[in-house]
Amino acid sequence: MNHDARSVVVEELVKRFGDFTAVDHINLETRKGEIFGFLGPNGAGKSTTIRMLCGLLTPTSGRAIVAGYDVAHDPESVRQNIGYMSQRFSLYNDLRVIENLRLFAGLYDVPRSLVEERIAWALEMANLRGQEKLITGTLPGGWKQRLALGCALLHRPTIIFLDEPTSGVDPISRRQFWDLIHRMSGEGVTVFVTTHYMEEAEYCNRLAMIYRGSMVALGTPTELKHKYMKGELLLVECEPLGPAVEALGSAPDVVDAAVFGNALHLVVGNAETAIPAITEFLRKREINVTDVEKIQPSLEDVFVSLTSEHDPSRNLAVQA
Amino acid sequence: MNPNRLAAIATKEIIHIRRDVRSLIIVVLMPAILVLLFGYGVSLDLKHLPVYVFDRNGTQASQDLLKRFQSSNYFRIAKVANSYPELAQAIDSGKATLAIIIPHDFSERLHDGGPVEIQAIVDASDDNTANLAVGYAQGVLQGYSSDLQVEWRERRGLPRQFVPLSTEVRTWFNEDLESSAFIVPGVLALVMTVIGAFLTSLTVAREWERGTMEQLISTPVTALEIMLGKLLPYFVIGMVDVGLSTALAVYWFRIPFRGTIATLFLSSALFLIVMLLLGFFISVIAKTQLAASQIALIVTFLPAFLLSGFLFAIEQMPVFIQYVTRVLPARYYVSALKNIFLKGTPVEMLYADLLPLAVFALVLVLLATRAFKKKLA
Repeated sequence: MNHDARSVVVEELVKRFGDFTAVDHINLETRKGEIFGFLGPNGAGKSTTIRMLCGLLTPTSGRAIVAGYDVAHDPESVRQNIGYMSQRFSLYNDLRVIENLRLFAGLYDVPRSLVEERIAWALEMANLRGQEKLITGTLPGGWKQRLALGCALLHRPTIIFLDEPTSGVDPISRRQFWDLIHRMSGEGVTVFVTTHYMEEAEYCNRLAMIYRGSMVALGTPTELKHKYMKGELLLVECEPLGPAVEALGSAPDVVDAAVFGNALHLVVGNAETAIPAITEFLRKREINVTDVEKIQPSLEDVFVSLTSEHDPSRNLAVQA
Repeated sequence: MNPNRLAAIATKEIIHIRRDVRSLIIVVLMPAILVLLFGYGVSLDLKHLPVYVFDRNGTQASQDLLKRFQSSNYFRIAKVANSYPELAQAIDSGKATLAIIIPHDFSERLHDGGPVEIQAIVDASDDNTANLAVGYAQGVLQGYSSDLQVEWRERRGLPRQFVPLSTEVRTWFNEDLESSAFIVPGVLALVMTVIGAFLTSLTVAREWERGTMEQLISTPVTALEIMLGKLLPYFVIGMVDVGLSTALAVYWFRIPFRGTIATLFLSSALFLIVMLLLGFFISVIAKTQLAASQIALIVTFLPAFLLSGFLFAIEQMPVFIQYVTRVLPARYYVSALKNIFLKGTPVEMLYADLLPLAVFALVLVLLATRAFKKKLA
């Protein structure tokens, strides 16, 4: 057993599928009881990483120690100490709620004397008490996700890995699910969660941003906003947006321009000098500017800024 | 091997079978349907073949000959026709397999000491039936001929003709020469193939397809526990189906059962294990249900049907095919079944059938456990 408080230690982890490098030399460490977010677009390598950490894929090179065990050499010990929820809902749809719980209690070899107590706890936590007899396939998406989490926690693991647990779930259920995640973390369980929802990333204690297999940033959400934002962020309200964002791509001082809702976000070197310059620049091009102000960057801004830095072809990131 | 984990997998598999109407039907009804189908439907014996006759002579002598046909078990005079076209039409439409035409001068030429030619038209679209029909018809005519000869010699006061050889045939094991006694025991091989290989070929592939395998292998359950847990319910079902099919064969179709129940279940268990492992192996390598079921059909069901000796005797197959049958587990099981049912062969004399099955089982255990990895890629 590892008595170190660090729950997951990843060193130079690499996974290649043929010529394609899905995960490229990732290093990270999680602390016990924290919610560690893994943020990135689809195909960035989030699921591949999480699958290696759960012993489902063998790393090409590098090392990962989970709950004190090396995933490449002792995957069975890793599995006994972790819970995992895969991206796709993967409980048995033809089983009743209670039957899925009993199945996983058996698979995790929960002692017989504790099975009923643990199942009752999982039902209570997942807010599914009284629904034991329902066929799993008939449950709404949010309920299914909570049941899957309950199943993954029956053996009281010290770490849980959640791979996009809230994809395809409505916003209220998503919020409820995050309440559960916070509850688990409060009970000392380390939560390793992947997501591509920026607002979910804000709920994490620490975040790793991953893009095209590489980790581009690591820190708390606040740290990321301050440390990784090159320059300052301006909000520009103007009409029409399309020509404006196109023109601003070649404007002096503008590092990056992107559409956010009804407005533009601009990354500039210095806000104070940029505000009059930008206003003037747009006026000359007959674009009606109603407001230009300095704002605090969101994680999405940080992410856009970081990825354009890693990928020059995305210099003009237009976000829907 | 952890009993809790094994029980968890087995319980879940039983629930899958119970909740899936298709597998439930296969498990419960298929054995009975197959036994009934082959017990009633498939008869390799020829009995009561429809015959059209055209009696152009219409005398006592011609009627005597036709009575011989009528009283034979092999034929049934469906109609007395009045013209050639009627016969041709009956053969064309399949109403008659055989047509017999007695010439207009039948009795006169018979009276003159023959020979008389009886014309027979046979529908040879099924050559096997045609051969048998011609053979049986010749037998009837031969019998009539020799009776006439005896009569003719007696009437002239000549001594009985000397017949040098005759055969006295005793049929053993299947005294009534019923093909159902030969076929129905072999149906067990089909039942075991469907339960063992076909159903289990879907179980692993289904989990890969639905994504449930990813969740399953993220738990500490071992590959061996998954394999045994999945196969155990099907093993029990298969053994129950052996009992059901045998009961139906013995009590309904009156198939002789001369062996011991223990020998039957031992041989069946061995064959079922081979089929289960084969089904599991197919499922592991195929990864989709469609591919798995097709491979299972081609690798297990069709050979069990065509090449196992279940319907067609292996000794009559081309030599090359005979060699091919040696790698088919079903061949040994069908042979064991026929020995157990019809001959009552004791278990120690079944080694030629059971030993190869044991070898198949060992090889497949190795293959299946090596092929199934708790990894995604």
